[in-house]
Amino acid sequence: MTRLRSRTARSLLLLAPLFVFLVWFFVWPLVGMMSQSVSDSAVLNLLPRSAGILTNWDRRSAPSAEMQQALIADLRAVQDTQALGDMVRRLNSARSGFRTLMTRTVSAVSDPAGPPADLVSIDKRWEKPEFWIAIADALSPYTDRNLLAAIDFGRNAEGAIEKLPPDQSVNLVIMARTFWIAALVTVACAAIGFPYALIAASATGWKRDLLLGAVLLPLWTSLLVRTAAWFILLQEKGLINDLLLALHVTSAPLALIFNRTGVIIAMTHVLLPFMVLPVYSVLITIPKNLMPAAASLGAPPWRAFVRVLLPLSLRGIASGSLLVFISAIGYYITPALIGGPGDQMISSIIAFYATGTANWGMAGALGVVLLVATLLLYSVYARISSEEPGRA
Amino acid sequence: MAEFIRFDQITKFYGALCVVENLTLGIEKGEFVSLLGPSGSGKTTLLMMLAGFEAPTSGEIVVNGLAINGVPTHKRDMGVVFQSYALFPHMSVGENIAFPLQMRGTARAEIEQRVARALDMVQLSALRDRWPSQLSGGQQQRVALARALVFEPRVVLMDEPLGALDKQLREQMQLDIRDLHRRLGLTIVFVTHDQSEALTMSDRVAVFNKGKIEQIGTPRQVYDQPATRFVAEFIGETNLVEGVVERVSGGEALVKLPSGATLCAVADSAVAGQTVHLSIRPERIDLSDSRRPGGNSLETEVTDSVYQGDHLRVQLKNPAHPLIAKLGRRSQEYPPGTKIYASFAADDCRVIAP
Repeated sequence: MTRLRSRTARSLLLLAPLFVFLVWFFVWPLVGMMSQSVSDSAVLNLLPRSAGILTNWDRRSAPSAEMQQALIADLRAVQDTQALGDMVRRLNSARSGFRTLMTRTVSAVSDPAGPPADLVSIDKRWEKPEFWIAIADALSPYTDRNLLAAIDFGRNAEGAIEKLPPDQSVNLVIMARTFWIAALVTVACAAIGFPYALIAASATGWKRDLLLGAVLLPLWTSLLVRTAAWFILLQEKGLINDLLLALHVTSAPLALIFNRTGVIIAMTHVLLPFMVLPVYSVLITIPKNLMPAAASLGAPPWRAFVRVLLPLSLRGIASGSLLVFISAIGYYITPALIGGPGDQMISSIIAFYATGTANWGMAGALGVVLLVATLLLYSVYARISSEEPGRA
Repeated sequence: MAEFIRFDQITKFYGALCVVENLTLGIEKGEFVSLLGPSGSGKTTLLMMLAGFEAPTSGEIVVNGLAINGVPTHKRDMGVVFQSYALFPHMSVGENIAFPLQMRGTARAEIEQRVARALDMVQLSALRDRWPSQLSGGQQQRVALARALVFEPRVVLMDEPLGALDKQLREQMQLDIRDLHRRLGLTIVFVTHDQSEALTMSDRVAVFNKGKIEQIGTPRQVYDQPATRFVAEFIGETNLVEGVVERVSGGEALVKLPSGATLCAVADSAVAGQTVHLSIRPERIDLSDSRRPGGNSLETEVTDSVYQGDHLRVQLKNPAHPLIAKLGRRSQEYPPGTKIYASFAADDCRVIAP
């Protein structure tokens, strides 16, 4: 018994690096991102006194003297200018005008000659309940505004969920565009990858090695290098246009870069191995004599293909498509370099929020939406593949 | 009788390798012909050419009076049973059997009936909705058989169909296929490397060696009257004895062995002075204490004898050659060292081509 337990302990010890790795590099960042998207403590951390008093406010009456005194005390206590900046940004995004109001108020309350008696004397706007409502709403440690904003929804003054006005709602459009581009790339990969895998699986010896090597080679070069190569090829004076013009296929150079066409060409190339390899691995498990058998039973080549080879390779096409689609959804570099402004995908928006405006909440919320969409897709795939007959 | 299938001077090269060499063979309607030979003798290639999976390098294949060289497989109307079954794994047993009928546009109701009848024929009616992966090897092969027969092809081709089955099942299937052949009047071309299988099932056996047919005949002919040394050795077991022909008269030859003894043998073609081989089947040899008058007798000594259940296998040596004799179960024991005469009729001793 003890020996058994010590053996179990030893095997767990062997697995420990794996667990540590998973938790450190997978679970923790994922949880971090998700909690970023719902956490909202930028205001609460700086205004603890106001928070205590604002909970009793009825959200309608004029701001009382205690509320103003509490806010003055809170603002006087602030030392961290970066945290102050975060708070102002958060409040300004809920109600525009906060930036100027807060700048003026903060400099007034930190007057070494002593703070003013009340806030209304600093700025008339402090009389209006709207600004106080914005503060009150920002005091909860959790918020759904990022997640709602990620799918173009928001809360109105009454707190009900409603669709954002069109000028503020770009996320759904970009999300739909992301899925559309990913779908087009998947279809293109399947259209090229399936016949390619068929040829590779039926070839033998060095021909098969060459075909598979040609697919694997792009995987061994950096994504950036491959994308940059397409940048050169697809230019208006690039190799492809030069060739088409020299062959008199076209009379003017085609617009292949900084538009949808270029993005799809480059992404299809980059993701093709993820289609070819799963399809190939399924194809080589299909017994070689099934197609001759179908022919001997009276099936013309096309019908034998549709009735026998295609259904048997669907599993490979499905897993290849899933792999390509999920990878394509998260693409960033290729659309950024080769696409135009109308081809930016959701990753670009996430990158914009994360590195451009340091709005980690929005970046996290968009990430969560992307993750949920991907998981939904995956569950559909898992459902379909488990219903496949003949695989007891 | 008119030949239904005719291979006319068929030659097949794979690159520089000649697999079938200038082969001519006729098969009659309703006949069960086995192509028997070791692996690499060209028998499977010939079947593949008949099915349309391979094209002959030269020569013509004629079925029912029409050359079919250019006809694609799916229009040849031949049922093929593969060694590895080749059932479609994504279709149920019933769907597998319905497949050739669907390809021919048979009406749905008729498909139902004919699938049911085919399943009944191979005694698998209960397994109609199973997947092939849920069946045993023997069941899978019976499904493959039903699938190849359900559309009533004009010829059924079988490529070592029983090779993957264990011995008992194989023997049962041999009898089943033979029975189906008789009942349905099928024309069957059957490839095998198992000589006892070929003898059991066939009307005629074609013995292949190195891309050529060494001999074709009924099982009795190829066993009792092997035309060549290869056939004598490949089919059953035999004693081969070398000697020089002394004289030939009326289909019989007198052959002198190196030991000086002479044997009387059946000879289709032999000339005096020729060095030949004699083939004597072990079970045709009798052992006796004294020289048997009228017939062949060799003076020998027992070196070993092994009891093998259905027969007693005795190893003998004489000055010219070692011999093996298979004796019936009732024979007495022969301890090693026993001096004894090995006797056999002139009819059971054949001169074969070198």
